[in-house]
Amino acid sequence: MNLEKVLFAFFIVLSLTLNFGFFIGDIDDPNHHNVYELYAALVVSLIATILKFGDRAHIGAVLLATSLVADLQLIAAAVVWTMFAHATETGLTPSVMASIVSLSGGALLANITSVVILVTETVMFRR
Amino acid sequence: MKNLVYLLLRRMRLPLIVVVLAYAVSILGMVLIPGIDDQGNPWKMTFFHAFYFVSFMGSTIGFGEIPYPFTDPQRIWTTVAMYLTVLSWLYAIGALFAALQDPAFRRLISYARFTRTVRNLREDFYLVCGAGDAGHLLIRELADRGIRCVVVDRNENVIQALRLEELPVHIPGLAADVTDSEILLDAGLGKPQCKGAIALTGQDHINLTIAIASKLLAPNLPVICRSETHDTEANMASFGTDNIINPFDTFADRFAMMFQSPSMYLVYEWMTSVREAQLSEFAAPPKGTWIVCGYGRFGKAVRKSLSFKGIHTVVVESDFDRTQPPEGAIKGRGTEAITLHEAGIDQAVGIIAGTDDDANNLSIIMTALDMNKNLFTVARQNQRNNDAMFRAAGIDLTMHPGTLIGRQVVDLLTKDLLGDFLRSARQQNEAWANLLVSRVAGILSERPPATWILKINRTQTPAIIDRLHNCGPVTLHDLQTDPRDTSMQLPCVPLFMKHADNNDVLLPEDHLELQVGDQLLFCGRHLAEQHMRWSAHNFHAINYICTGFDRPSGTVWRWLSRYRERKADTTPESGT
Repeated sequence: MNLEKVLFAFFIVLSLTLNFGFFIGDIDDPNHHNVYELYAALVVSLIATILKFGDRAHIGAVLLATSLVADLQLIAAAVVWTMFAHATETGLTPSVMASIVSLSGGALLANITSVVILVTETVMFRR
Repeated sequence: MKNLVYLLLRRMRLPLIVVVLAYAVSILGMVLIPGIDDQGNPWKMTFFHAFYFVSFMGSTIGFGEIPYPFTDPQRIWTTVAMYLTVLSWLYAIGALFAALQDPAFRRLISYARFTRTVRNLREDFYLVCGAGDAGHLLIRELADRGIRCVVVDRNENVIQALRLEELPVHIPGLAADVTDSEILLDAGLGKPQCKGAIALTGQDHINLTIAIASKLLAPNLPVICRSETHDTEANMASFGTDNIINPFDTFADRFAMMFQSPSMYLVYEWMTSVREAQLSEFAAPPKGTWIVCGYGRFGKAVRKSLSFKGIHTVVVESDFDRTQPPEGAIKGRGTEAITLHEAGIDQAVGIIAGTDDDANNLSIIMTALDMNKNLFTVARQNQRNNDAMFRAAGIDLTMHPGTLIGRQVVDLLTKDLLGDFLRSARQQNEAWANLLVSRVAGILSERPPATWILKINRTQTPAIIDRLHNCGPVTLHDLQTDPRDTSMQLPCVPLFMKHADNNDVLLPEDHLELQVGDQLLFCGRHLAEQHMRWSAHNFHAINYICTGFDRPSGTVWRWLSRYRERKADTTPESGT
C-alpha cells in the first residue's frame, strides 16, 4: 500500500462525492443546496488539483486538466453566489440558485471523468 | 522548458497544499464562530466576508475587524488563523525560492536557455568543444572577426569567465559533458548553420569521441580535432576527421625549419600570428649539440625533427620505463646542476625544457643558464597563466600548445588560401624566402603583418565587379593603390592568387588583371586592409584610382558634366 496513492485517490473521490452532495436536490431550491458543502467541494477540489501537479505521464496531464475544469466551474459557482448574495439587490432567487447548481453540475461531470480515469488506470495497472 | 515547469510544480505540491489547507481552516472557523453586529444582534460571517477577511489578514495587509468589531471568540480564532496563514505563506514562498535557487534547477534553466539560443541562431557558427587556452584564443579571434561560436566545456568556471568577457558577438556557452551526443545535438550539431565542429579539449579520448559523434550525426560537417598522440591521430584520420592538429608535431616541424631556413620560419611565423602580438625578435638557433629535457610526446617530436636535420641531441629523462628514451640518455629531471653537467651542458649550444610541468621547465632553464650563459633556450609552457614568468625568464623560444593550436585553427577557418600559400612557399628555397622577408619587413611598423583574403565577387568587391563589367580591366596594381592619394601604394604585398580556374600564382605581379572569381591573399599593415576594402566597395574610389578622374556621382552633376563634355567636343568644331 502506498500512502501517496491513497491520498491521491481519496481527494479525487472526495471532491466527486462532495460535489454530488451539493448538486443533488431541486435545482432552484436554496434549501436543498448547502453553502458549506460547496465550500468543502471547492477546497477539496483545489487540493486534488495541486496533488496532480508535476505528473509527466499522459494520463496525469488529463487528470490535471479535468481537475482544473472542476475548479473553474466551482469557483464560478462561488463567485455567482457571492455576487448575487452580497453585491446586488437580487438575493438568492430560484433562478440564481439554478445557475449556481448547474455550474456545480458541470464540475460534477469533470469530477466523474477524473474518477473514471483513476479507476481505469488502476484496473490497467493491476492487469 | 517543459521539464522546468513540471519540476517546479512537483516541488511546490506540498507548500501549495499547506497554503490551501491553512486558508480553508481559517475561513471555515471565521464562518462558524458567531459574532454580533452593530445593533447587538447575533451575526455570522458569510463565506464571502470570511474569505475577504482571511485574504487581507493572511497577507498581513490587515484592514481591521470588518464589517463589525469582533467578539472575543472571533478574536481568539483570528489569532490562531493569523499564525497559521502567515507561516504557511512563508513556508510556500521559502520553498519556491529554494526550488529556484537549487543548483540542479538552475543548471536546467541555463541548459534550456542555451538550447533555445542555439535553436534560434540564424547565422553561421562553429561548434567549439573545450574552451581551454586553445579554445579561448580561437573564440576570441573569431569573435573579433564577427564569427560566432557555440561553446561546450565540462568546466563551469570556463563558461562563466567567457560570459563575463566582453566579446563583440554573443557566444552561447554551456557547461556540460561534451561526450554526450545529446548535448552536442542541442549545441547545434547538425543544424544547417553549423559550419564545423572543433574538438579542443585537453584529452585525446574526448576529442576522439566528439569527432566520431559529429561524423556520425552530421557526416558532411568538417571536423577539426586536437590530438597529442600519433595513436589517436591515426584513429581520427581513419574515419575522415578533416583536420587533426598535433601541437607537438607542429612545433617540432617549425623548430626544425628555424635551423634549415630561418627566413622561411619567419614567413610562417608572420603569416600565422595573432592580431595583438608584438613583432618578435628573431634569432636563428645555433647548430651543435642540444640537450632535450623530458622525453615525453614533446621531447620525442622535437628530437625526431632535429635528428632529421642532422642535429645531435642528448636526452635527459627521469622516467625511463614509461618513456623509453634512446641509448645514451641521462637519468634525471634536468632541474639539478649535476644532471645537466653529466649531459654535457658546457659543450651544448642549446637546451629544450620540455616536461609537462611549468615549474620544472623554468627551473631547468634557470639552472642551465647559470652553468652556460650562451645557451639558446627553448621551453614548453603548459599553463597560459604562467605567461609573465616565462617572459621574465628571458627564454628565446617558448612553445605554448594552446596558443599554437588556437592560431592554427583560426587560420584554417578564416584563411583557406593561407594553407595553399604556405604549402607552395615551402617548395621555394631560402633565397626566395629572404627576398620575401625583406620585402615584407620594408612595409612593417612594430607589429607583425596582418594577412587577409580578398575574393573578387559581388559581396566582397562590388565596385570591382561593376568596373570589370562596364568600364575595363582592373589590375593588381590598382587594387594596391591608396584611394586617398593615387601616387602612393598601400603598405602591403600580394602573396598568393588563386584564379577562378584553379590556377595558382605565387607572389603575383602588379600588372596582373583581375578576373571575377579570383582569390587573393595579401599581407601588410592593418590599415592597408581597410583602405583596400574601401576601394573594392566604393565605385568612385576604384574609378578614381583607375582613371585618375573623379566622376560626379549625382544625376544632376552627371548630366551637367556630360553636357559640358559635349560642349567641349563641339566648340572646336564650330570654331573651324
